[in-house]
Amino acid sequence: MKIAVCVKHVPEQARRIDPETMRLDRSGEGAINPFDVHAVEEALRIKEAHGGEVLIVTMGPTGAQDSVRKALAMGADEALMITDDGAAGSDLVATTNALAAALEQEGADLIVFGQQSSDSDGAVLWAAVADRLRLPVISQVADLDVSEGTVRGKRQTEFGYDVIEAPMPAVLAVSDAINEPRYPSLKGIMGARSKPQRSVSLSELGVDAGESGSKTTVQALNDPPPRGDTVKIEDDGSAAEKIVEFIADRKLL
Amino acid sequence: MSTLVFLEHHDNELLKPSLGVLSKAATLDEDVTGVVLGSGVKEIAPEAGKFGAAKVLVVDKPELEAPLPQPRVDALASIVEAGGYDTVLFAASVLSADVAAGLSARLQAGLNWDLTDLVLQDGELVGKRPALGDSVFVDVGWRSEPRLALIRAGTFDPDSETRSVEAQVEEVDTQFEDFSTAATMVERAHAESEGPSIEDADVIVAGGRGLGAPENFKLVEELAQALGGAVAATRAVVDAGWYPYSTQVGQTGKTVSPKLYIACGISGAIQHKVGMQSSGVVVAINKDPNAPIFEFSDLGVVGDLNEVVPKLTELVRQRRG
Ligand SMILES: Cc1cc2nc3c(=O)[nH]c(=O)nc-3n(C[C@H](O)[C@H](O)[C@H](O)COP(=O)(O)OP(=O)(O)OC[C@H]3O[C@@H](n4cnc5c(N)ncnc54)[C@H](O)[C@@H]3O)c2cc1C
Ligand SMILES: Nc1ncnc2c1ncn2[C@@H]1O[C@H](COP(=O)(O)O)[C@@H](O)[C@H]1O
Repeated sequence: MKIAVCVKHVPEQARRIDPETMRLDRSGEGAINPFDVHAVEEALRIKEAHGGEVLIVTMGPTGAQDSVRKALAMGADEALMITDDGAAGSDLVATTNALAAALEQEGADLIVFGQQSSDSDGAVLWAAVADRLRLPVISQVADLDVSEGTVRGKRQTEFGYDVIEAPMPAVLAVSDAINEPRYPSLKGIMGARSKPQRSVSLSELGVDAGESGSKTTVQALNDPPPRGDTVKIEDDGSAAEKIVEFIADRKLL
Repeated sequence: MSTLVFLEHHDNELLKPSLGVLSKAATLDEDVTGVVLGSGVKEIAPEAGKFGAAKVLVVDKPELEAPLPQPRVDALASIVEAGGYDTVLFAASVLSADVAAGLSARLQAGLNWDLTDLVLQDGELVGKRPALGDSVFVDVGWRSEPRLALIRAGTFDPDSETRSVEAQVEEVDTQFEDFSTAATMVERAHAESEGPSIEDADVIVAGGRGLGAPENFKLVEELAQALGGAVAATRAVVDAGWYPYSTQVGQTGKTVSPKLYIACGISGAIQHKVGMQSSGVVVAINKDPNAPIFEFSDLGVVGDLNEVVPKLTELVRQRRG
């Protein structure tokens, strides 16, 4: 079985939107989107149970190499990267077209997504990619069963838990509660470097991504509405007293 | 403008979030169309008129019985193309996010999500989107039509007073793609009435994955008991089976507004925030100084909940005698 996992490289801290380009500043340190680590883990478990290989797929800046290496160190077998300067500023449609074009040539039985990207909170990409690839999709999966050509996922909606079944090939998005991801072993980290990593450009994929391939725009950045007085303290052993004071002052005790 | 609003329904009722978006759309566009997709749903369509829909399109097909996204993409794609709608609006939900995203790919139409307002600026539609943990408010737009938008859960209230009309209901047909009907629902969610109710509590102590293990919910329960409050949970711990769904706060759980909300080991995802943002005072205990929860806490404590919570419980017990 071939399992593709879509992972995103996201800025680690001090996230900001650059007022010049109106894009998220991706110049600083980055790391694999924490939600996608669960997707990698789930793919590895499926592989361990049913045999096969795990392919990591990402579109992102050159730094995305670090995220790919983390996934390979966890145990994935190979990686495919769309690292093209022209991809910067891609919106949902542009990202979908690029990823779908890359995935189309891989013929995976399962394509696994994380729950959401921590820098955009879309929680939408899988459904768009599935439509483009003309494959069934199950999202928010908290419990997964894979057997003979079908996948079955339990997932939460506004009304409780659904169970949905789909024939493979299929697209899945997993919840952050589906598993407890493993840490890469030293051997895994050492071995990651020698695993096959391919790069593909947008022109090779025949896709117009980046801003020109995007259908949405960012027009202005505004400050959030002001909040009342807020206090943030570091616990030095007296935090509990301070909380009691704080809530007692507000007549909540 | 020519606006289409996706009207989600459950148990034979149009859902409030959808009707809220419909009411909002009716303030921007006099000629709003609602669309109801399902099986045996004709009777619920006229209701949309009260919230400003001049017209309601209905696709009534067995393929639309289960609330799955892909057949809905087929139906909407043909409706948007035939009707020339330039704007399609959705109230965010697990179902509608997948429908909107699928439609975006199908029509190659721009989708903006998590919007908390829609305005017309010089005749152009602009979406207001809080981003990066709501630390910046972004004005977003569309380069082409149709324009698709997902409105954050709980943003607009339904208004049945101002623009109530007699809706013209029209049934339309649709064809389904093979892949769209490949996924099937084996078991369908139903309201779970078991478990405690948290909606009326004045004090809520909520626990997240930072508790580390299901048995550590004891810490949260003891604090809640000392304060005379209720216990709530995040989806992460509910999905993991640590705590019952009936106590979950957030987009797919309950919406609560206690006077005091104490969040223990909760990161503060937007989907959690939408369920507790109207709480009076928010206190957060989290060991990560960068946790988003601190962006909307009145008192943020950077610390280990295993240290802070038991002490807090003890102090509260002493104070309350
Ligand atoms: C469509 C959709 C709907 C959703 N609906 C909901 C919903 O209704 N409700 C909801 O809650 N979520 C919902 N989510 C999930 C949401 O995005 C988050 O994944 C979830 O809220 C995270 O839960 P958490 O804060 O418990 O876990 P995490 O995000 O893992 O956070 C755990 C936190 O605990 C802290 N921590 C760890 N150890 C300690 C310690 N010893 N002391 C103090 N702090 C510690 C960590 O620093 C971390 O910040 C939804 C997601 C999607 C995509
Ligand atoms: N640039 C990207 N490259 C590969 N996968 C991505 C990318 N962006 C998002 N994803 C995947 O799509 C999921 C949902 O992302 P989003 O819809 O942006 O919240 C993530 O959890 C990843 O699995």
